[in-house]
Amino acid sequence: MAKITFITSDKESITLEGTSGSVMQLAVDNGISGIDGDCGGVCSCATCHVHVAPEHVSKTGEASEIETDMLELDENVSEYSRLCCQLEISEELDGVVLHVAQ
Amino acid sequence: MKKSTLPDPFEKARQEKGYGEMDDQNDPVTMALRLKDVRKGAHNWKTLQSGAEPGRIVIPSEVNIRDTRQIPFEVDPPEHKSFRDILDPWFKRPLDEAYQAKLTVQISDLVDEILTKDSVEVIEQFSLVLQSRALTLLLNTPFNEAETWISWGTHVFRSEGESLDGDKANILYDYIDNRIDQAIENPGEDLYSVLLNSEVNGKKLTKEEVKGVMILTFAGGRDTVINAVSNTIAYLAEHQNSFDRLREEPEIRNRAIEELIRYFSPLTQMGRVATQDTAVCEHAVKANTRVGLCWASANRDETVFENPNEVDLDRKINPHLSFGFGTHNCLGATHARTIMKILLQVLTDKVASMELLDAKDNIEELGAFKRKVGFHSLQVKFHKK
Repeated sequence: MAKITFITSDKESITLEGTSGSVMQLAVDNGISGIDGDCGGVCSCATCHVHVAPEHVSKTGEASEIETDMLELDENVSEYSRLCCQLEISEELDGVVLHVAQ
Repeated sequence: MKKSTLPDPFEKARQEKGYGEMDDQNDPVTMALRLKDVRKGAHNWKTLQSGAEPGRIVIPSEVNIRDTRQIPFEVDPPEHKSFRDILDPWFKRPLDEAYQAKLTVQISDLVDEILTKDSVEVIEQFSLVLQSRALTLLLNTPFNEAETWISWGTHVFRSEGESLDGDKANILYDYIDNRIDQAIENPGEDLYSVLLNSEVNGKKLTKEEVKGVMILTFAGGRDTVINAVSNTIAYLAEHQNSFDRLREEPEIRNRAIEELIRYFSPLTQMGRVATQDTAVCEHAVKANTRVGLCWASANRDETVFENPNEVDLDRKINPHLSFGFGTHNCLGATHARTIMKILLQVLTDKVASMELLDAKDNIEELGAFKRKVGFHSLQVKFHKK
């Protein structure tokens, strides 16, 4: 099980627990504002953009080239940007803090 | 080759040059063919604008049959965002349970009906009917309005042959004018009334602006949804294993839908007008000429998709551009995805198999490229579960 904290653009902090599936799905199922996940998690729509807290980058690992190419065109991109449909929930993510980009 | 196969006519040009060229009513188009270039083009609304002369970004061009600006489709930022902000919540309604329950009833009834027939012509008797009825939910108008829309046939702007038909377009425009007047007279809870009551930047939408949104809603979701639904039927008819998997493994349906939408690319391309001299894949494009963002070619880009010409229902990473990308991404995407989701639910629930009896291809001519986008007719026998 992993505890995952989302901080929305209006600074609300919400911590959720998940065991499997993608972080995007967890966020959508719990109505996290700013995470739409329109394409259901196939890295097509870029509506699940988050910034990983810098100290937690080791938990999430690096984005794939396809993901990076998508993010490159987002106004809000930073070196900590990820599409959270590409983050699988696992023990390794426990404690991660994600700032919702939208 | 199977009847449901949609070949990729852009492969050679995409690999060798990265762009294509076609004429369209003496207003030529430079087509971007590689995924990265198409996505960048869609992103770069300053250089490649949508807010050009109304009708010009559509290929084939509609400048000769339309003066009304489609909104928000033919408006660029910052005005674009103000319109999109009022429209997005309405166009996300398909995510509501009650909406999906109604759509499920509609599609179930239609499938029950075709199961009683010996065989059906899918385009006219199934997809057009499904699309029209579903649109009553998106517009929140009475169900029987669909009868009028069905009577218009499969193309709102096109009649027999592929040329644009001004008379046919007028049927739609006159209808929309009439419905707007009715909504002014008797406001209700339909999209016309909601728009008439909406404000953008402190000003009520004008009748012309409401008309612009409504034309977009009717035209943008017509051929595209009909192609997506018909091509899905054809594919599942010829791939019984995939049909059975979708039945037995509902968890794969989301990825499967995105993959089918990638493979079908129901809208081949959308145009933009260059606001300054620019380039597509290092090929010079002059200011005030048109660029085509070719979603269909991008979706088969072999540098991005492994086995791009195969339908892989398990494709995990699928950055397709079937709904466009960026600022002007498809407003109706949620509605379209919901239709696909419920269509798969109902078909797998009620239908054992489908037999493709006859098909006439619908092939678009884009200069030297000939692209099959779907079917003019598709005769199918549905077998009950």
